[in-house]
Amino acid sequence: MGDILNVSGLVTQLRNGTRIVDDISFGIRAGETFALLGESGCGKSMTALSLMRLLPDGVMHAGGAAQMEGVDLFGLREREMREVRGGRMAMIFQEPGLSLNPVLTVGQQIAEALALHQGLHGTAAQPRCAELLAQVGIPDAARRVAEYPFQFSGGMKQRVMIAMALAGQPKLLIADEPTTALDVTIQAQVLQLLRDAQDGSGMAMLLITHDLGVVAENAHRVGVMYAGQIVEQASRAQLFAEPLHPYTQKLFAALPDAARRNQPLAAIPGNVPPPGGITQGCRFAPRCDRAWALCSEQAPEWTVVGEGQGVRCHLYQEPGIRIQDSGVKGEERGHPSPACGRGAGGEGGSTLNPQSPLLQVSDLHVHFPIRKGVLQRTVGQVKAVDGVSLEIPRGRTLALVGESGCGKTTLGKALLQLIPPTAGSVHFAGRELTGLAVRELRTRRAAMQMVFQDPYASLNPKMRVAEILEEGMAALNIGNDSAARQTHIDTLLDQVGLARNAKWRYPHEFSGGQRQRIAIARALAVSPQLLICDEPTSALDVSVQAQILNLLKALQRELNLSYLFITHNLAVVEYIAHEVCVMYLGRIVERGTAEEVLRSPGHPYTQALLSAVPRIDGEGRSHLHDDGLG
Amino acid sequence: MSFMPVVLWSDALMFLLIATGSATAWYIRRREHLLLPWRRVAQNATAMVSLLVLALFLLAGLLDTLHYRAALPQSNGGGKVYSPEVLSVFDKLVEPLRLQTEKTYSAPFAVTLYAKESISDAQGNVLRDYPRLRYGGAHLADAAQRDGDVLKRALLGALGGLLAGLLVALAGRRWLARRSLPLRPLLSATLISAALLGATASLAAAYHVLGTDKVGQDVLYLSLKSIRTGLIIGTVTTLVTLPLALLLGIAAGYFRGWVDDAIQYVYTVLSSIPSVLLIAAAVLMMQVTIETHPEWFDTAASRADLRLVFLCLILGVTSWTGLCRLLRGETLKLREMEYIQAAQSFGVSSLRILTRHIVPNVMHIILIALVMDFSALVLAEAVLSYVGVGVDPSMISFGTMINAARLEMGREPMVWWALAAAFGFMLVLVLAANLFADAVRDAFDPRLNRTEGAA
Repeated sequence: MGDILNVSGLVTQLRNGTRIVDDISFGIRAGETFALLGESGCGKSMTALSLMRLLPDGVMHAGGAAQMEGVDLFGLREREMREVRGGRMAMIFQEPGLSLNPVLTVGQQIAEALALHQGLHGTAAQPRCAELLAQVGIPDAARRVAEYPFQFSGGMKQRVMIAMALAGQPKLLIADEPTTALDVTIQAQVLQLLRDAQDGSGMAMLLITHDLGVVAENAHRVGVMYAGQIVEQASRAQLFAEPLHPYTQKLFAALPDAARRNQPLAAIPGNVPPPGGITQGCRFAPRCDRAWALCSEQAPEWTVVGEGQGVRCHLYQEPGIRIQDSGVKGEERGHPSPACGRGAGGEGGSTLNPQSPLLQVSDLHVHFPIRKGVLQRTVGQVKAVDGVSLEIPRGRTLALVGESGCGKTTLGKALLQLIPPTAGSVHFAGRELTGLAVRELRTRRAAMQMVFQDPYASLNPKMRVAEILEEGMAALNIGNDSAARQTHIDTLLDQVGLARNAKWRYPHEFSGGQRQRIAIARALAVSPQLLICDEPTSALDVSVQAQILNLLKALQRELNLSYLFITHNLAVVEYIAHEVCVMYLGRIVERGTAEEVLRSPGHPYTQALLSAVPRIDGEGRSHLHDDGLG
Repeated sequence: MSFMPVVLWSDALMFLLIATGSATAWYIRRREHLLLPWRRVAQNATAMVSLLVLALFLLAGLLDTLHYRAALPQSNGGGKVYSPEVLSVFDKLVEPLRLQTEKTYSAPFAVTLYAKESISDAQGNVLRDYPRLRYGGAHLADAAQRDGDVLKRALLGALGGLLAGLLVALAGRRWLARRSLPLRPLLSATLISAALLGATASLAAAYHVLGTDKVGQDVLYLSLKSIRTGLIIGTVTTLVTLPLALLLGIAAGYFRGWVDDAIQYVYTVLSSIPSVLLIAAAVLMMQVTIETHPEWFDTAASRADLRLVFLCLILGVTSWTGLCRLLRGETLKLREMEYIQAAQSFGVSSLRILTRHIVPNVMHIILIALVMDFSALVLAEAVLSYVGVGVDPSMISFGTMINAARLEMGREPMVWWALAAAFGFMLVLVLAANLFADAVRDAFDPRLNRTEGAA
């Protein structure tokens, strides 16, 4: 077929026989990008590491073959394999900060790859290093060759990683979530760079991602993974036009966007099963609403549906039958482009709500002093939040949008008085919060609570759920006795959709989405009026994100809560927010209703932000160009 | 009553430690997530065998901790008079070892003294020869029968021990299997140690297995008595280090600012002073105080004991800095965790955050540090006693044994067995503790990748 890489029946398992990659087959042609799409824990990265033969301890290759230009990778000796790694097949990783050695200059690290695979040593390698850095778009490359990784930003480091990978002139580049740790504008640049590199050299690329947007931008063909198996394989156009597998359909339906803002998202119930969790039948059957008896008895075989398209589902097994999916495609699925002004959910006027605001912030500053010298004199200020004013009415959601480091989280904490503001006022329900004594502040704590980003770090692993929920009530003297609190805890668990017996368990027994529900219940325990949600869904998978967004919306309706929703995900903003503030370098550069800001952005930064978001329309690459925002 | 129980200071502290240990164990047993790492320790064969060895040492140490004074036959106007000598249950158990003292040095399994003396025989002739021992091998008519007798006794003793071990193993087997503990290594370790104990016991009844020292005391007895001193130094010291390190460490890490500065200055200064110097100064001062106040003590044992407790105290004061620094670092990391911030946003008081959120999450570090420190402290005692600033010279410890061996090694022919015995016992104790500590660290260290934790 002329495939650069041909994988057939790849199986990777744990020592105890649990299969984490189960019978995966695909091929990649030269110049083509094959995307492996899937949620966390579905075996994407393990597939890549199996191909590189870099599996961690306790995980081993247990079957199947991988042919790289006709050479069987699993038949090579370790010494020969080293030639392949970096030479014919290179890999870049998710976290650019961790994949460069901090004590070597970037030039030395690239030269290492050159010496190994190109035979270029010493000074001969220097011009090539500079050339590679220039190729990945690092300005003033000749000078920066001698710099250390800490002198580069995150996006720059990822570029250096790409330069290192390109140094060996590989035939295949494996990119494992190359942009997940990057901001959206940087992500657009790095994706563009990967496309350019591919166009220039004709190498094949295996792109591993959980982000449909990245797939829409960069992939030619897509394999959708679920619980260790590829459940659907198709070209990008086919996949985005007509997803076949119920899981893929659900994945599209679970994406938040403005067109769905008045209806709950089609969340997939439950969680991705742990490896080895389902031994019989289709692995998606317990979460699938179209499963029938056969699905839980017999595992579906791979079914070729059309040219280059296949699916692992009983729905398509009988030839000639193409069961149409039940109304999640078509008009609803398409992501409207910002300029087209499609008629979207019509709530909220074009002006800010006139209702009296619950929270009113005016000219808030948070500065951190920079201290130097023996006497710790203040020599300067880091202006994390620099004159922010905003207001949130009751029962409304204000989204605070911005990239990492723009001060959004600091602002949230300053509102809660966890970080004392330097200047400005925070007016909450008619009372001024800044400058209150600790004791007075404590009585006001109940009204404003926070939901944090990382559900793994926000629950104390040594406390049971009941203890976690009770802590706030005890601290604020809510509920007279422990029996009253226990009933309240039961109501809370019902509200956030957890079983009542969950309260006697420890956080580590829950999945990420369930933990985030516990964190929300903890915040609700003291009956707040305002919830500050700091990226509550960014650590979660798409299907679980939809569950949490639905929950937050339902709670808002039920309890008339106000939300300050801190996020960098514009699709979520479109779905959930009434008003939007765009934050850049500690200041709010644009504000307005969600529609105004997202349809017709005024500020250049907002425009750049919006144009950098990958569009999920499957229409093809929208060629972006670096606009100097890095 | 024919005896009067005596509770020395170190005994009280030891009991306190045992009570805390049992209470903690009971608390942990009822909590699944706390039990999990201990299960991992229990599955580790090396750890369990080390624990068995440690348990034997601990048993000897515990029996040696139950002190009493025996009643004397004479009475004082109706009131009973008790012997001024403080004995322990262990002393009573191995009474022959304690009482059967020779005149001076004798080698292991010897039937004669180590040096020639002038002996007058029945005819009045004075010979220069090795005199027979009073107890060691005294039952043998001819010294030449010794080897066969030793072999016979060793085999018999080992057989008896093996039988007893087999009984214990059979009884414990099902219990072990039910808990899916490493069966084979534990059973073989039990049998080996039982056989060894049996052989030693049977030989010790007739010989000085490890020889005798300068004043004719049995070296085996001295080594066994040293165990308690080592255990006390290794464990009681933690009673001092732990509160200091925990309190100051998490306070420094959590409150930051001037609290952090003050605590950091204290431990930086403390760790810059040579600790041996500090300990020497403190011990010498205390020695003078004890000598000028003889009325404080009713027995010699209580005087020696107070010195031991003070030594623990001083060692504790100088050795808390390492753990404190570790805990400060961990707390600095933990205080930025989101669950701490969630608690702060509820207005939970600092004390409650420290006790409910920080302390349970640094427990694994404390545990690892304590188990690792134990062996270091046992060794430190030996070094300090050798230098002469350790325990009271009348108290039997590995350090005093080694100190005494300094001169013995210099004479010709060399007296090697006292040093070898102290060395061997200490090696086994410290090695077992270190292996156990390693397993505990592996089980508790969150950085080690484990699959069962991911679910």
